[in-house]
Amino acid sequence: IQAHCASGCVTNDHFPCLADLFFPADIISTVEFNYSGELLATGDKGGRVVIFQREQESKNRPLSRGEYNVYSTFQSHEPEFDYLKSLEIEEKINKIRWLPQQNAAHFLLSTNDKTIKLWKISERDKRAEGYNLKDEDGRLRDPFRITTLRVPVLMPMDLMVEASPRRIFANAHTYHINSISVNSDHETYLSADDLRINLWHLEITDRSFNIVDIKPANMEELTEVITAAECHPHQCNVFVYSSSKGTIRLCDMRAAALCDRHSKFFEEPEDPSSRSFFSEIISSISDVKFSHSGRYMMTRDYLSVKVWDLNMENRPVETYQVHEYLRSKLCSLYENDCIFDKFECCWNGSDSAIMTGSYNNFFRMFDRNTRRDITLEASRENSKPRAMLKPRKVCTGGKRKKDEISVDSLDFNKKILHTAWHPKENVIAVAATNNLYIFQDKIN
Amino acid sequence: SAGSCHSVSSSGMAGADGDDSLYPIAVLIDELRNEDVQLRLNSIKKLSTIALALGVERTRTELLPFLTDTIYDEDEVLLALAEQLGNFTMLVGGPEYVHCLLPPLESLATVEETVVRDKAVESLRKISHEHSPVDLEVHFEPLVKRLASGDWFTSRTSACGLFSVCYPRVSSTVKAEIRQHFRNLCSDDTPMVRRAAASKLGEFAKVLELEYVKSDIISLFTALASDEQDSVRLLAVEACVSIATLLPQEDLETLVMPTLRQAAEDKSWRVRYMVADKFSELQKAVGPEITKNDLVPAFQNLLKDCEAEVRAAAANKVKEFCENLPEDSRETIIMTHILPCVKELVSDTNQHVKSALASVIMGLSTILGKDNTIEHLLPLFLAQLKDECPEVRLNIISNLDCVNEVIGIRQLSQSLLPAIVELAEDAKWRVRLAIIEYMPLLAGQLGVEFFDEKLNSLCMAWLVDHVYAIREAATCNLTKLVEKFGAEWAQNTIVPKVLGMANDPNYLHRMTTLFCINALSEACGQEITTKHMLPVVLKMSNDQVANVRFNVAKSLQKIGPVLDSNCLQTEVKPVLEKLAADQDIDVKYFAQEAISVLALA
Repeated sequence: IQAHCASGCVTNDHFPCLADLFFPADIISTVEFNYSGELLATGDKGGRVVIFQREQESKNRPLSRGEYNVYSTFQSHEPEFDYLKSLEIEEKINKIRWLPQQNAAHFLLSTNDKTIKLWKISERDKRAEGYNLKDEDGRLRDPFRITTLRVPVLMPMDLMVEASPRRIFANAHTYHINSISVNSDHETYLSADDLRINLWHLEITDRSFNIVDIKPANMEELTEVITAAECHPHQCNVFVYSSSKGTIRLCDMRAAALCDRHSKFFEEPEDPSSRSFFSEIISSISDVKFSHSGRYMMTRDYLSVKVWDLNMENRPVETYQVHEYLRSKLCSLYENDCIFDKFECCWNGSDSAIMTGSYNNFFRMFDRNTRRDITLEASRENSKPRAMLKPRKVCTGGKRKKDEISVDSLDFNKKILHTAWHPKENVIAVAATNNLYIFQDKIN
Repeated sequence: SAGSCHSVSSSGMAGADGDDSLYPIAVLIDELRNEDVQLRLNSIKKLSTIALALGVERTRTELLPFLTDTIYDEDEVLLALAEQLGNFTMLVGGPEYVHCLLPPLESLATVEETVVRDKAVESLRKISHEHSPVDLEVHFEPLVKRLASGDWFTSRTSACGLFSVCYPRVSSTVKAEIRQHFRNLCSDDTPMVRRAAASKLGEFAKVLELEYVKSDIISLFTALASDEQDSVRLLAVEACVSIATLLPQEDLETLVMPTLRQAAEDKSWRVRYMVADKFSELQKAVGPEITKNDLVPAFQNLLKDCEAEVRAAAANKVKEFCENLPEDSRETIIMTHILPCVKELVSDTNQHVKSALASVIMGLSTILGKDNTIEHLLPLFLAQLKDECPEVRLNIISNLDCVNEVIGIRQLSQSLLPAIVELAEDAKWRVRLAIIEYMPLLAGQLGVEFFDEKLNSLCMAWLVDHVYAIREAATCNLTKLVEKFGAEWAQNTIVPKVLGMANDPNYLHRMTTLFCINALSEACGQEITTKHMLPVVLKMSNDQVANVRFNVAKSLQKIGPVLDSNCLQTEVKPVLEKLAADQDIDVKYFAQEAISVLALA
């Protein structure tokens, strides 16, 4: 973890020279590696999906391995208007999930607040040539002079990458979709909104099954919403969902068609000494992720990351403070709404380290074995290609040392909410507003 | 393009010097690559015309190589292509050259879209029969192996459907290889492939020699039936049916039953659901003895399952299961084992379970006979007729004919009537609509007397329902009742009430009178129509609402054919002429239409 060097920064904007004057539509809203790590997808507020492909190592550019370059860009969602409810539906991509690769093409699911789409990204390197009714230059031939039939022949051409929408899963969510997750059976996936979780078949768009519904009969009794949900990586029947109350429920789809009754309930008893007006807000879970092994899951709340053993429901096995120094600033963070920011978290390929974001373009990594942690910064100034990232430190009162930054000078507009870790290697992707940074382990 | 296509065919037919059949074909070939998917689809559907014009050799050397790489297209085009290629043998030169079709079908068998893949497999299966035994081993079987060991699971899933067609026709060495490939796919890493293998297991078992069914298939079946993925295990249940039919009775107990018992008690409700859903097939496959000893308790458990979906699936099978029980012990088994469970389901907490049961429970009466029906089933029917869920009551009412045959409907009429009345007044109009549709059936079974006394007023009330669909259905219902009870009955009971509505202050009800007349005139005949209905219609031509007036014109057009020509000339014609001069444009229009249709001009 300790030695990372920048391998590139891609700015998602219209005018590269004006990197600081970005358009709101360019804000990156999700980042996700595919199963092999060769592709990386980002979604943004403008409804676009950009896919990056890792360069293969070549003889003339020995260091090019690890560089990710744009592979395909397409408009996944458009702004819509719900005329029945007089509501605007934003085009912002809330989540992207890749499907396990099934043939030469790649498939991903992307979702905004209401509609999930299945996209196919495929390559084409041949095109047909030769017409009967016109010649090579496109001039029409005299219809009476056609004496032989020509069958088109396929000729090689420059590689073209196409993205085509394959299916649209719509009209199943009344509230905003916050999660999608592909099941290990490779034929179903779940989608969660604030109050319900639906189960879909990847090939059927006109029907989904409601598996969790926490909507109270009387909406005034609403005390809790679903914040995230994920399928277990190996057990096709198990999924979890987290709530705004800081709890996680694990459900077994074998037991019943409707999973209103959970089979496990993970909750850490509250520490009465740290109770405050903000306790409930900051305990809300913003993300939940199973480890690759399927043994653990990790949850992110406002100030910490917790790792839970699926076999122990009463407390997490590990807790990592992400930015404990903000505890004294909760009041102002409440006033500027930052306290409601939804930070995501991710595991490395071997489940030995975890990563999550913070403010001031800082992101945090924790080594689970050594318990060491590090704060790094994703910024244009100090991440020149192939430069080492310097660890950053936030000074929490007392005398500020050189290179430290004081809590009061943190920029809360620069937040890192979305990060992703390559499934096999130490390559990470960090979305900082409209910039995507890709860092990798130092190459020896 | 489409435009040139039209000009072409005409000039092509005029065809002067050149070969006049070439031009349309040239267009078809060019349109294989048209931007418009409909034109591409059109060309693909006429692929045989193109191939015929090219001749067998150019089809083999030029057209098929081009098609082999045409896998970027839309699904519907690929689907049509996969289908066409299944009928292409003669167009490539007959069975001798049929293997030329394998490359394009092989590439279609690897696309991600299941329907296209399935169609490609179907065509491959079809042309496999056209291969000579030698070609099958030289060309077809290597293709199956390639697919079976392909990198992507799409190709491996397609392979699963091809083993059974080549197995019977190859040498024993190749047979051994095919069995090995199938074994590999049954333990593939991806659940997709294991599912494909599980769904083809039964089919493959059918073409295998019995010794290999016992040695190979049973172990694969057992493994798939205990797969970690629910979606694989549930497919093994289907395979169980085919495997059980292949094995001699004495082997079933040791080879199949342990797995079937395990499936019926699987931890996952989806697997148990599958067992319930396939129960009749399973029952037939394992035979009467095992049914008595094993399936009866299993079925009882499914009827009592903790998951409602499973109970509903099992409830759906109650009648079929009972019918298929061995005759000697049928009644005892039903009375002692099944009926107690059924009784519990009548008061199930889940309405889908109750309505599933309600749709089949009446069928038990024919199996159990009159006395048992009256003593044991009737109370259940009556309870379901009073169920809080309308669907349950509807399902009972819609199956009344089964009971009618055994005990007569009178036994039920006491409870039937309140149930019908309640449904007739249900707040949901779709429920009201459903019960209306059963009215003619009920009328037939209950007889005219009972009907007049109890149900007639309901039928009339629907005519003034506030939902149009109900009024429309009620009108249609009257026609069917008249067809059953006759014109005289109509004149005495229905017509006066219908005509009375002509003076209703609500114009929608006045229009209902017209709609009823439209529907009834033919069934009632000339006399009633002329004497009773026509005067009312004519009088309504003075209505102050234009909608009523133009419906008068429409009604006159409709009932005109029933009237005699004298009446048409003297009574209908003057009124229509008056309406044709109406100030409202729609009234004029329909009056003129009626005049011309009835030829009164």
